[in-house]
Order: sequence, then C-alpha cells, then structure tokens
Amino acid sequence: MNERVLEKLSILADAAKYDVSCSSSGSKRKNENKGLGNAEGMGICHAYTEDGRCVSLLKILLTNHCIFDCAYCVSRKSNDVKRAAFTVQEVVDLTINFYRRNYIEGLFLSSGIFKDPDYTMERLVLIARKLRTEHKFNGYIHLKTIPGASEELIKEAGIYADRLSVNVEMPTEQSLKLLAPDKKREDMIKPMTFLKNEIIANREEQKAIVKAKPQLFAPAGQSTQMVIGATPESDWQILKMSDGFYRHMNLKRVYYSGYVPVSNDNRLPAIGTPVPMIRENRLYQADWLLRFYGFGVDEIVTPDDPFLDMQIDPKLSWALRNLHQFPVDINKADLELIKRIPGIGIQSAQKIWEARKFNKLTWDHLKKFNIATNRAKFFLNMKVQDFQPKDYTPMQIKNFILSASQTKYAANHSPQLQLF
Amino acid sequence: MKTVVYDGSFEGFLCAVFDVYEYKLTDVEIVPAHKHQPSMFAEPHFVNHDTKHSDRVWKGLEKKLSLVAQKQVYRAFLSELDGIEDTLLQYIQYAFASETVMEEDYSNKAVLTVFQTAKKVWREKHRMEAFVRFQKTADDLYYAIISPDYNVLPLIAKHFTERYADQRWMIYDAKRKYGSYYDGSNVQNVQIKFSEEVAQGQDISAAYDEDESIYQELWKQYFKSVNIAARKNTKLHIQHMPKRYWKYLPEKQPNLGTGLQERLTNWTYRRA
Repeated sequence: MNERVLEKLSILADAAKYDVSCSSSGSKRKNENKGLGNAEGMGICHAYTEDGRCVSLLKILLTNHCIFDCAYCVSRKSNDVKRAAFTVQEVVDLTINFYRRNYIEGLFLSSGIFKDPDYTMERLVLIARKLRTEHKFNGYIHLKTIPGASEELIKEAGIYADRLSVNVEMPTEQSLKLLAPDKKREDMIKPMTFLKNEIIANREEQKAIVKAKPQLFAPAGQSTQMVIGATPESDWQILKMSDGFYRHMNLKRVYYSGYVPVSNDNRLPAIGTPVPMIRENRLYQADWLLRFYGFGVDEIVTPDDPFLDMQIDPKLSWALRNLHQFPVDINKADLELIKRIPGIGIQSAQKIWEARKFNKLTWDHLKKFNIATNRAKFFLNMKVQDFQPKDYTPMQIKNFILSASQTKYAANHSPQLQLF
Repeated sequence: MKTVVYDGSFEGFLCAVFDVYEYKLTDVEIVPAHKHQPSMFAEPHFVNHDTKHSDRVWKGLEKKLSLVAQKQVYRAFLSELDGIEDTLLQYIQYAFASETVMEEDYSNKAVLTVFQTAKKVWREKHRMEAFVRFQKTADDLYYAIISPDYNVLPLIAKHFTERYADQRWMIYDAKRKYGSYYDGSNVQNVQIKFSEEVAQGQDISAAYDEDESIYQELWKQYFKSVNIAARKNTKLHIQHMPKRYWKYLPEKQPNLGTGLQERLTNWTYRRA
C-alpha cells in the first residue's frame, strides 16, 4: 500500500468528521520540558469549517478499514468507499508539522477496527507514545477507546492522552442491536467504568501530598457521543441517559451528533433527509441547563411530554410552564433564580448579582449587560420602556417572542415530515 | 476643554493621568500625539514623560484595584479606541475617590465601558492565538503576519513562548509595523526592514522551507475534508471567522497553481 499522503488525508479526515467532539480544553499538561506545545488551560478553535463547526484538533482515522458493519457509519464494512490507512510515522509528522504552524491544538485519533480491538488500540497508543516521548509533544491528544480493547492498553492510553472517549453510539440498547449488531453496550460501559475508576484514583493521588508528583492520567477526563435522529428515541430518553453519564460516570461531556444520512439502508432515514440540526441544538441547550444552570431532567422534559419544543429554547419553555415563579425582582432574587430567567445567561446573572450591591438596577442597566431583552422583559418585575406587562398566557408570550425574533431554522421548525 | 497630549504609550498615558492631578486639570481630553489635531484657539498641555510619575499612578492603582481590574485597565488601553483614554481617566478618578471597591459597579458608565472594552480586546487576543499561521522559512524561523484591530501583540507573546518553547518564531503586526521575535529563550519587540522581494513582509514565499507549501496544501485539504456539506452554515462560519482575518489564513486562500499541484501529487514523506 503506497497511497499518497494528500489522498489519505482527504479520505481519513472525511471519515472522521462525524465524530463531533473537538474540545481541547480542560487538560493540565504544561510545557515544562522545553518541548513542543502546551495543553494547559482553555482550548482554541483555530478555524471554523463552512458548516460553522470548530476545528481545534487534527481529527483523523488511522484507517477506515473496518471489520464491523454498523448501519449508520460511513466506514461500515459493506459500504463501497475508498479505503486508506496512515502509517504511524505519517500521523506523527502531520501532527507535529500542523502544530508547529499553529494550525491545531493537537490530535484526535480514532480508527476503524482492523483485525481486532487490541491490535487497533495498540497502534493508537503507539502514536501517542511516540509523540509524547520522542517529540516531547505537550499538545492535546484525544484517543478513542476501542470497545473490547484490553485494560492494560486502555491504561497506557490514559498515560499519554489528555482525553479518552468511548462512543455509546445509540441512545438505547435496542437501537444499538438493530443498527450495530457487532457492538455490545457492555463493551462500551466496561472500559468507561474502568477509566472512571482509574481517573478517580489518579485525582486522589494528585491531591495527596507525596514527594514525586504522580503521572497525569487522562487529565481532561472522558467523554462520549451518541447519534440522534437515526432512531426513534425521545429527548427524555436521551437526556436521562446523559444525566446518568454525568452523575455515575463522571463524564466531562456527552456529544449529540445529528444523523447525517449516509446510507440507503431501510432501517435508517433516507439519504436527503435533513440533518436534525435544530434538535441537536436544543439538546445541547438542555445539556447546558443540566450541567450549569441547576436544572433536573424532569424539569426540562417528562415521560408524558418527552420531546423538546423545537420553536423555543428549553429554558424559555420551562419558564412558560412555570409562570407562577415570575415575574422576578432582579434586585432581590437569589442568583439561582436569576439564572433561570429566559434571556439571561450565567455571565449576565453574575454581573447583575455583583452590580446590584452598588445600585438599584434598572432596565437601562440590564440592556447594557447584553441580555436578550425581548425574552427577559416578560419575566421581570421592573419598569421596561415601551412595554406594558399584562397577565399574558404562556401561548401569548411565546407568540410575542417568536414574532419578534428571526431564525434561520424557521423551515425546519415543524417536526412534521414534509413529504412534498 | 483642555487637550492633554501624550506619546501614545501606556506609561505615557499614566503620566498624563499624573499631570491631570498635578495641575488640577478639569474637563480634559487625553489624546496620543499621532491623533492630535492642533487647534487655533486652545493651547494643549504636553505631558511630562517621567517614569516616576507613571510608577506612582500605577502603584496607587495597585492599592485600589484587584489584579483582574488592573489587567482590564491595561487591556482597555490597548484597544486604541478614540476616547478610551478619557474613559480610563474617569475610571481611575472613580477608583482613587472611592472608599470601597468600585470595580464591579457596572452601573457606572466608565466601569462598564472599561470592562466591555477589555473584553473585546481579550476576545481579539484569543482570536489571534487561534488565527496566527506560521510559515516555516529555510533557516528554520516560523514567521507569521497579523493585522489585528487592537494592539494585542503585547498580550499574546506569553502564549506563544509557552507553546513554542523549542522553535524560533516571529509574529509581525503589519498594521502597527512592529513584531515580536522569540530566539529560543527570550522574546523582544523588533522593527523590521524587509527586503523588496517579500512585499513588506506580506509574501515571504521566496524564503520558504522546501516543505512549507506542501504543509499549507495538506492543511487546506484537511480543512476542506472536515466540512460536512449537508450542514452548511455560512453565517455561523463568518461569525466565527470574520472576513477581515482571512487574508493571512492559508485555508481561506484560493486554490494553488498547477506547478505546485504536480509537486504535491508526487510528494511522499521522505521518512515514510
């Protein structure tokens, strides 16, 4: 096999792009050896693709040869696509040379499964080890944990990588069985649990006062991803699952990847079906509410009403169902409640909290804090210019807000299938 | 209204503040010399530049402001926006007059403006850390050119020193005509006299390392390949990567000529 690097890069970057994680933050790896790179602190998006996604890492597959046949995957065994494989040295050289030119924060390396899981995982670990030891590379490395790989290899991966991830792929076991018959849920949960325990043990060691600082172990933690919109799960099922991962597996992130139709398989949405981008966006908003705003899943969606509203964001949706908690007096309310006001984010809430110690805040102050005034004004107990608060119904408020805002997604709002 | 003229440096600005107190000037506007337009009817006050004065003002601020707020003052200054000196003066006067910590009083106009301006500068600093693109020259120097809206070069040098500790690099601000150069151990500000063939430093391809063009093409290919056409969202793309930054990004340049294309097709890793 002697394919040219440029062609390999186009094939293997193309095949890796459906993995949505591009985070390069949260690591603690400093450049202390006068080597190359620094993964301490926040990540950087060095470019943005024309679809508006961040490009932070060199995200490639080592190979798209795969012995599995997962219906939703572009690299599935039965798919007639061009196959390629990088050599270990090629990946190392690309990473170093892209990094030195400030194109990237590091490497995100995944792979199709060739031969068996251990054989594949070994190659991934070898690349990470070479970068760290031979090139003194301190940039960010995200490695995929290959389901079914041995614990020794996974442990070694944790020593060289900043983040590890196992993709759960589907929101439920039934869907996984239907679409990825070669994969088992337990093969994903096992390494995830193993890593969780290793990470916790390592963090304890880091905290303990010992002479030699223990080696870093996956300092940026682990994450996972699931494909949404390929199977019929509700948002309630999806968010319940994410919540479980955050609570029980200490995951840093759960990523939602709106299914991009890549197959004529009749188990899946047909080619040409729009990518469920708006739903993906609403799920991320809900995910943020879980992680940063103190919401519980059942406040956002319930088994009786299991889908997120596509027209408005989940926080506004919650507020409209809970109008009895409003209007809020921002000069008196708790920070937790201020964070729950539609149109006010964490940073604005913080600013309100600080500024009101000096002065009674008015609408003019709020406007300068860059809050979304067209949403917030319905939920505040203060004088707002050109606006007379009345006892509006939730539906009226929703319509006012929708008519005052524009969205590029308007055509996608209807959850109804558009046939013609 | 009294116009106070200083040399454009941060220290100079602090000296201007000193003079405002020293001469009990009221109703002033502070302008850097390069923006000053002499008026026929009023004599400006030219600042006495003395490091003792600037040190005294800064030491005073250190007592009044947290480290975060001190940095905000400096960052807001680097915005070089018209009138930012006057806002900073109001901020400093408020700080010196206030018995309590005032830096989070966002209901005060100067405090909010300094906060927001510092944030804008910081955002561009972060953008520059993202959008600097080094080009490797034949003598192993990694060279990048930028022209940021704000004067962020003093803020980004630390980041690049920590990251590229083992390579020589230079980042040149074409708008302000000075650069930061790291020689492998220290960073310094430099003025450069470019030779004619490199077009004021805008096109240094004549000095490239032999693999430089190839890595640029590989990067462009990568950038193209990771795009998902079914998710095209130009508005978001431009929001994150404003067009004014495109001119120095290889991935946003048009496709290459046939000569390079051919070299690239025949090129494989020498070490492969």
